[in-house]
Amino acid sequence: MTEQKSNKKTEEQNKNIKIVKDATCTFCGCVCDDMELHVDLDEKRIIKAKNACVLGRAWFAEHTIEDAPAALIDGKEVSVEEAVEEAAQTLVKAKFPITYGLSDTTSEAQKQAVAITDYIKGNIDTTTSVCHGPSGLAFQGVGESTSTLGEVKNRADLVIYWGGNPAESHPRHFGRYAVTPKGMFTPNGKKDRTIVLVDVRKTKSAGVADILIRPKPGKDFEVLWALRALVKGISISTDIEKETGVPLEVLTDLVERMKNCRFGVLFFGMGLTMTRGRHFNSGALLALATDLNEYTHFVAKPVRGHGNVTGADNVVSWQTGYPFGVNFSRGYPRFNPGEFTTVDTLSNGDADAAMIIASDPGSNFPKKAIEHLKNIPVVVLDTKSTDTTKLAHVAFKTATYGINTGGTVYRMDDVSIPLRPAFESPFPDDETILKAIKKRVHELILKKNDSRGASGEAKVAAAVNPL
Amino acid sequence: MLIPGRSAKQGTSLNQGKLKEEYKEVTSTLEMNTDDMKKIGLVDGDKVRLSNDIGETVVSCIGKKPEDLSEGVLFIPYGPPSSQLMESDTAGSGMPLSKHMMVDVEKIKN
Repeated sequence: MTEQKSNKKTEEQNKNIKIVKDATCTFCGCVCDDMELHVDLDEKRIIKAKNACVLGRAWFAEHTIEDAPAALIDGKEVSVEEAVEEAAQTLVKAKFPITYGLSDTTSEAQKQAVAITDYIKGNIDTTTSVCHGPSGLAFQGVGESTSTLGEVKNRADLVIYWGGNPAESHPRHFGRYAVTPKGMFTPNGKKDRTIVLVDVRKTKSAGVADILIRPKPGKDFEVLWALRALVKGISISTDIEKETGVPLEVLTDLVERMKNCRFGVLFFGMGLTMTRGRHFNSGALLALATDLNEYTHFVAKPVRGHGNVTGADNVVSWQTGYPFGVNFSRGYPRFNPGEFTTVDTLSNGDADAAMIIASDPGSNFPKKAIEHLKNIPVVVLDTKSTDTTKLAHVAFKTATYGINTGGTVYRMDDVSIPLRPAFESPFPDDETILKAIKKRVHELILKKNDSRGASGEAKVAAAVNPL
Repeated sequence: MLIPGRSAKQGTSLNQGKLKEEYKEVTSTLEMNTDDMKKIGLVDGDKVRLSNDIGETVVSCIGKKPEDLSEGVLFIPYGPPSSQLMESDTAGSGMPLSKHMMVDVEKIKN
């Protein structure tokens, strides 16, 4: 042990340290649940996150307790109760209120957000709509041959990454699930697998790839469709290289590998969903996986970004019947991407109030959508200051999920995982704030119905609404 | 074609805070094919203006080997600068074309 390491150990021994084992990192959709956190209880911060990747280490190290007000109205400090009242009034007064975000909070909080939106007859959408929303559409059109990441680890001998760079966005995806881990039927780890990377750029992920395929930008659909044709035994002209940048022999070789593997998996990223073709690209990939099941076992999984974006899909689906882009204005849920998705409700000028939970559209949305967001009252719940909190009418600073609060999140393969918090925060968590807003919204709606002389039947329906 | 995307540095700096200098710097650094840079007289660190019908933004550029980043392709860690160039039309899907932006690149003279 070096002197430096020894000093660090002694320093840690002198502190009031709590060890949290099997904690969960909620930075990305891998939600690795094998963290060992060393928490300095005096300073209220995590000083070591064993097993974390570079992104996880930053996530745990940088989420400390900020010296900031818990609630603001138009930039002025107020009590949480006053902010809850203003948030509820704002949402109830609006004619087209929207709820958006939800990918970095617990499923318990997500459930409350759906309930509020249902009460106010608003519109609910999650960051899925600007992430794997097109894949969500493709699932409905084509279906999904799916599996857990555990099955991939134990069985997959051909792993294809398409349109993503996990080495930088999901660093432990390779080591924990799909490339190097030793599984039941892959006892030699990477030696038992062939790794293929399909991307327009040569990224850091290329380092693990046995085969690197680089289509021309915007030609993923054409490559996928050519692969489908070859799988079905249809001949393809060598001109395919001119069109897509990929030689026919490379495609033919890949098809043979796909048909002859024991368990194949296609992991796909936003190189497919955010480019020309969108849901057609995802649909082509899902259809390819289905076609391959004529020959072997083949699955396809989207690689999901935020820590609980998969939970948002699950919760909104089991509460409304649809995964994102859901509108309650008629009193029942309707799904219509392109109309009820948030880039559209903002860019088209439909929304007249917004509640943004744990996301930052003020930074990442198209300019036109951000301009509209600046012109309507916005309620924001976030752990840190962002461009969105800067434009908020009502802003809540909340505790960080997985670090300060427990709850449930969903890994990118739809497996639910519990959180083990490390230390307490003086700020309330999202679920607590949303429950309080829901309660007040409910009271205001009952009052509004009373003043409008609602029928006894309507009052009963509102009172027993199972939220 | 401009491709905004994630990078490890963008991921670590956003944890520090999106309003902090490091995040702003990371999301304002454009990767460009070195042959393309030579054509318009750019060296690492030069400022360029990216523009299209939607808007414009000024960023610094750094070179990437042609075998890593093809001619005509640009990469930037996504953030406020890339949003300035993003079309709001989602073609009925909810998703703007966030990784497929045609832009003009212009050197900014010092």
